[in-house]
Amino acid sequence: MSTGSTNHSRDEYSRERDDNARFNSKLVEVLGSTPFIATKLDTFMDWARSSSMFMFQFGIACCTIEMMGGLAVKHDIDRFGAGVPRSSPRQADLLVVPGTIVSKFAPRMRRLYDQMPEPKFVVSMGSCTISGGPFQEGYNVVRGAEEIIPVDIHVPGCPPRPEALLYGVAKLQERTANGESSPVTAKPYELERFGDLEQDELVQHLADEIDEDDLVMRYNWSESA
Amino acid sequence: MSLEVPEPSTYDDVGVTEDGLDYDALESLLGEAVTGRESHATTEAFVVRADRVADALSVLKEEAGFDHCSCVTAQQYEDRYESIYHLKKYEDPTQELAIVVPTSTTDPVSQSAESVYRTADWHEREAYDLIGIEYDEHPDLRRILLPETWQGHPLSLDYNQDKPQIVTLREHENALEGDSRGESDTMFLNIGPNHPATHGVLHLKTTLDGEQVIDVESDIGYLHRCEEQICQQGTYRHQIMPYPDRWDYGSAGILNEWAYARTVEDLVGLDVPKYAQVIRTMGAELCRIAAHLLALGTFGLDLIGEFTAVFQYAFSDRETVLDILEDLTGQRLMFNYLRLGGVAWDLPEPREEFFEKIEHFLNELPHKLEEYHDLVTGNEILQIRCIDVGNLDPAVAKSYGCTGPVARGSGIDYDLRRDDPYGYYDQLDWNVVTDDGCDNYSRVLVRLREVEESAKIIAQCVDLLRDWPEDDREIQSNVPRTIKPESDREIYRAVEGAKGELGIYIRTNGTDKPARFKIRSPCFSNLHALPEMVEDAHVPDLIATLGSLDVILGEVDR
Repeated sequence: MSTGSTNHSRDEYSRERDDNARFNSKLVEVLGSTPFIATKLDTFMDWARSSSMFMFQFGIACCTIEMMGGLAVKHDIDRFGAGVPRSSPRQADLLVVPGTIVSKFAPRMRRLYDQMPEPKFVVSMGSCTISGGPFQEGYNVVRGAEEIIPVDIHVPGCPPRPEALLYGVAKLQERTANGESSPVTAKPYELERFGDLEQDELVQHLADEIDEDDLVMRYNWSESA
Repeated sequence: MSLEVPEPSTYDDVGVTEDGLDYDALESLLGEAVTGRESHATTEAFVVRADRVADALSVLKEEAGFDHCSCVTAQQYEDRYESIYHLKKYEDPTQELAIVVPTSTTDPVSQSAESVYRTADWHEREAYDLIGIEYDEHPDLRRILLPETWQGHPLSLDYNQDKPQIVTLREHENALEGDSRGESDTMFLNIGPNHPATHGVLHLKTTLDGEQVIDVESDIGYLHRCEEQICQQGTYRHQIMPYPDRWDYGSAGILNEWAYARTVEDLVGLDVPKYAQVIRTMGAELCRIAAHLLALGTFGLDLIGEFTAVFQYAFSDRETVLDILEDLTGQRLMFNYLRLGGVAWDLPEPREEFFEKIEHFLNELPHKLEEYHDLVTGNEILQIRCIDVGNLDPAVAKSYGCTGPVARGSGIDYDLRRDDPYGYYDQLDWNVVTDDGCDNYSRVLVRLREVEESAKIIAQCVDLLRDWPEDDREIQSNVPRTIKPESDREIYRAVEGAKGELGIYIRTNGTDKPARFKIRSPCFSNLHALPEMVEDAHVPDLIATLGSLDVILGEVDR
């Protein structure tokens, strides 16, 4: 970025301001007579992206309550430019996963993630989304969000305080502002066509119940995490 | 003692005497359907033949006055399956009775109780889902918590958790399917499982005729995180207590912990020092205020998409309560503060500062409540949206086993804090709030008034604690390091949680872990009654009604 000279006399400045009423802002003081910035498009996009994160309004479990606390008056995540929750995944670029993911919900979460436009970021909130947390031993529990979708930032805690979530989002903003992206570490349970699954005992057993074209997710509790 | 003395129960019902229930009279009422008798910790249980369940229950309901089927527990023994119906009376919940229905391991079929108690519908589906008992004459026996393609019944003895499972995405039917013009007038609409108004991950399958709801079916289980299995793996003394916090996570932590504490204390016979009971009572009521404020804030959000005033007001007041609770317990949401036989630690020092903080909050509260009444209950637009919408008839509510503010908003005078006293409630001066409106408005009003009553209770607790002699501040009684109740004891105990009757059934097997741990969730029963309330309602009224029920999915699915 480059800024122009700011050495203007008072008269000169006010005359110029009248001439350029549409640039009538504090920016003029900062940038001077040529209020233009030369920068790389990428840098600009990264800056814009990190300064206005659109969070997907997404509630799963206990952490949702603390996430709502983060959105509400006392903590107010909007101070950091990430505070307007979007009700549709198609308008969001930040997915906060606030809670335990169980077998029945996992395919839906994958679908919601897929519906978000690129580039998209994920902050996983709470121990359940890291490893299954206190419910890790449950027969129905997916051990962590990374079994299903890639995650940029993990916020530990059960539940994390709203401050911790704010810190996690701020860290993500820092990262996106610098144009960094996280490596994809997911060991995913994929959504697949039932017909594409490897034929084994279970698939044959379910053949009457599930159509070939149905999307399914196959879990293996003992091999995960 | 509460100012409002409960009405003396009528002695018309069979088996009711002045000294409690006469179980012999009840047994003879059932005749040959009964094949034996068991003794549970707080009640007697009759063993009933699997093909005579509906008969027996209907006699008990009609002639002996057991109008509340509180819970249905299913479990598997080495040699048999068992369903237990825990019956109570709305008029006097201390009159309890359990009906035990054994079935063989090879052919576990037992008659459904759905024709007698509507609430048995969902309870029996859950029993089928998790244990594998089949219910004859059940209108719609299929899985309720787990996906339809799940293999095996996870709480049965031969379940193998390591086997792979396949889950489909297809439960989301196409909203426009069957709407080909001219052929059908109805439209199918999915609400959830991710939707801002469903309070988490609830899926409502709605059939619409124009804008009117002609059928709604709740599809739950998107947050079934195996709480019962996990409690069965934990030891009584320490490992179970953190989990109740996570059932009803809408700030109701201490209320839930109390359900577990009360059950085990009654099971093993542990005393709780009076001082600890007062602290528990105070903490529990603070939780109730926080939970009701959350319900109010999200109701405003559901009803009119109102994110600015009601929601933010409720959350800022809730933060004050959470601050106090954090001082007391060390956590904002998952308190883990109660211990068997008492509480974890004494009040924070300096005590006087802590009391002042609470009193400051209580002094502000009347003014704030007035503000809420201006903003919410006195608001004409809101009244138009809520009054006479989502009607729940008291008889219907009883049949669905509704409890808590949902039942009290339908004029059912049922509150376990008064009717089945525990803690320090019977020494304090407060009232049970009811309202006869039976609609969404009444339920919201009842919650707001309950905040007032809770504040009264807290104020009295603060006075008591302030004057409590310093040498008598025992926070926990002498509890053995390992708790190993004797084998084959069974208990069902409930407390008044934020959403209603939160009960726990425990069966022991002589080890330091429960053999069966069953949670009776108030939200589960309350949500079951939703279709009754929204018949022919408009879609926005469906959302409002759901909001007024204040369901927490963590507690519905467990």
